[in-house]
Amino acid sequence: MGDHHPTGFTRWLYTTNHKDIGSMYLWFSFVMFLIGGAMAMVIRAELYQPGLQFVEPNFFNQMTTMHGLIMVFGAVMPSMVGLANWLIPMMIGAPDMALPRMNNWSFWILPFAFFLLLSSLFMEGGAPNFGWTFYAPLSTTFGPPSTDFFILGVHMMGISSIMGAINVIVTVFNMRAPGMTLMKMPLFVWTWLITAFLLIMVMPVLAGTVTMMLTDRHFGTAFFDAAGGGDPVMFQHIFWFFGHPEVYIMILPAFGVVSEIIPTFSRKKLFGYSSMVYATASIALLSFIVWAHHMFAVGMPVAGELFFMIATMLIAVPTGVKVFNWVATMWQGSLTFETPMLFSIAFVILFTIGGFSGVMLAMAPVDFQYHDTYFVVAHFHYVLFPGAIFGTTAAVYYWLPKWAGKMYNETAGKIHFWLSMIFVNLTFFPMHFSGLAGMPRRIPDYNMMFADFNMWASIGAFGLGLTQIYFLVIVLLTLKNGKKAEDKQWEGASGLEWDALPSPAPYHTFSTPPKVD
Amino acid sequence: MNEQMQQQNKKLILRLMAIIGGMFLFAFALIPLYNVFCDITGINGKTRGQALYQNVEIDKKRVVTIEFLTNINRGMPWAFGSKVKSMEVHPGELNEVIFYAKNPSKSEIIGQSVPSVSPGEAALYLNKTECFCFDQQKLMAGEEVEMPMKFYIDADLPEDITRLTLSYQLFNVTDAVNAAKGATK
Repeated sequence: MGDHHPTGFTRWLYTTNHKDIGSMYLWFSFVMFLIGGAMAMVIRAELYQPGLQFVEPNFFNQMTTMHGLIMVFGAVMPSMVGLANWLIPMMIGAPDMALPRMNNWSFWILPFAFFLLLSSLFMEGGAPNFGWTFYAPLSTTFGPPSTDFFILGVHMMGISSIMGAINVIVTVFNMRAPGMTLMKMPLFVWTWLITAFLLIMVMPVLAGTVTMMLTDRHFGTAFFDAAGGGDPVMFQHIFWFFGHPEVYIMILPAFGVVSEIIPTFSRKKLFGYSSMVYATASIALLSFIVWAHHMFAVGMPVAGELFFMIATMLIAVPTGVKVFNWVATMWQGSLTFETPMLFSIAFVILFTIGGFSGVMLAMAPVDFQYHDTYFVVAHFHYVLFPGAIFGTTAAVYYWLPKWAGKMYNETAGKIHFWLSMIFVNLTFFPMHFSGLAGMPRRIPDYNMMFADFNMWASIGAFGLGLTQIYFLVIVLLTLKNGKKAEDKQWEGASGLEWDALPSPAPYHTFSTPPKVD
Repeated sequence: MNEQMQQQNKKLILRLMAIIGGMFLFAFALIPLYNVFCDITGINGKTRGQALYQNVEIDKKRVVTIEFLTNINRGMPWAFGSKVKSMEVHPGELNEVIFYAKNPSKSEIIGQSVPSVSPGEAALYLNKTECFCFDQQKLMAGEEVEMPMKFYIDADLPEDITRLTLSYQLFNVTDAVNAAKGATK
């Protein structure tokens, strides 16, 4: 088969090609990343100094809410699905995803879902302002009218993610090339398979939660309304039953990415492949029994606090196995430090910092001090920005030569890395201190004593935001006039996409399955 | 894609759809599950329904202090409180407290009070034989009412609990009740 494909806009609208869809997912998530990032800039501009400078408190709340929703559902999750689309078929020797038409649908739902969500910013009463966790009764009794647009938007994103997950599972189970046994699959495919199972387990619970909100708001039910016999604390239980696995949905594919990249630039095989698989699976299983560590402060009995505290700290064990394996892979390897490797090493270090602050937060007695402070903000941004975002960035640098057949400028990539590394720490590290000192999250104004920490964080955030625009420039320049990439751009790389395919990967690949021994 | 593969895909998709449907229903099932769980363990501070006072042993040696708190939710104009703020009782003894409510507004309002006990584990041992919280109250404009509440504390109340608080939050449910009536008509 040749490299022929339709042209024009309808190519993208009607496409069932996993590479086209993967690219659309990645571009879409980058646009969302910039929109969500712009909201973060509004937040940081307001917090640059104590006092109210630029925005109304209610608009500030809308910004924190929308920033969270856009980044979680619009930037991180679609970028991971984009990587899955591009890479899984090439890595397991399949011609395409198993359900190509559904694949098209699951992408094209997203622009509409986010149109609904973003349009709420221009409505009377403003956008949702209750935080991305949309706790009842803030979101039910006191939510603005636009909450219904939020609910329908979340439903659509959920349907899109569920379809994406079904596609990944069916592809991995039924489309592997002969000889590609489960335990020979690249680790990225494994982490995505486990992520897909998490998605089909918890996205329906999220759908159920927002459905209950909808009926509470309009159809007289009282799931979360104490006056009618419901319970607002129940909302938190159900939400976090979705919410905790969700954080692993965002990070596991990034684990997979660095597990591909670190061996390449260490010129060694991944240390402890099977333990990596089992560790990922145990993280996923444990994620279902730890949800209440997000709500230690609601007044749980001591037995409950103990259970959720111990179960949460248990997650540090498989996570530690993974970090150990990444470090052991680098141990005595012949390391080189190209941009994807730099991002991956930073991932390991900074994600571990985020993991440690996670263990601190897991301890129920001290969590009462940290709860809803900037310490929590520092924690989850350390696992999400240098975790999920650095992981995706590393993946883009690593596979861009394969996708586009063109090589990015290594110096530019390194500058991008070092700026990101400096600014991400400048932004989020001071938040640990302001949080420990008691600065609450989601407030537009704060005590004078937090002024310096916030000024540093704001400067870091502006730098970090600009740096990501620089990333866009690098990618665009690469696509326009990057040097021709080699078929196997990285000498230490392994896997079907490097060994069996030219660069750029042709429009149709593996129409006849490759042999895997 | 050949026929056999399509069959295989179909089978797997159906199974995955079953999981998805099951998890969607599970979200709703969590509500009765939580309620059952909290009812058995009594960890939510929710008191149970109406209790019977029969053959209850009275422990004269022990004294437990019980405090009564009343709160009024947003949008509820009533005055609401208890005649006494706290009592010292013996476990097993049947006690009565009078609560009062007054509707000072110019319209008819339906109220519902929701009880909660602190510490939460004491909820299992607080038995009410008569309580206004079992029903809704409808008060005409300007109407005033006294509502008795009878309770006893189970003698099995853990030794370390010497003081407990029973709180009532009063909600205005007029709109919800009328909406439900409209829906059934």
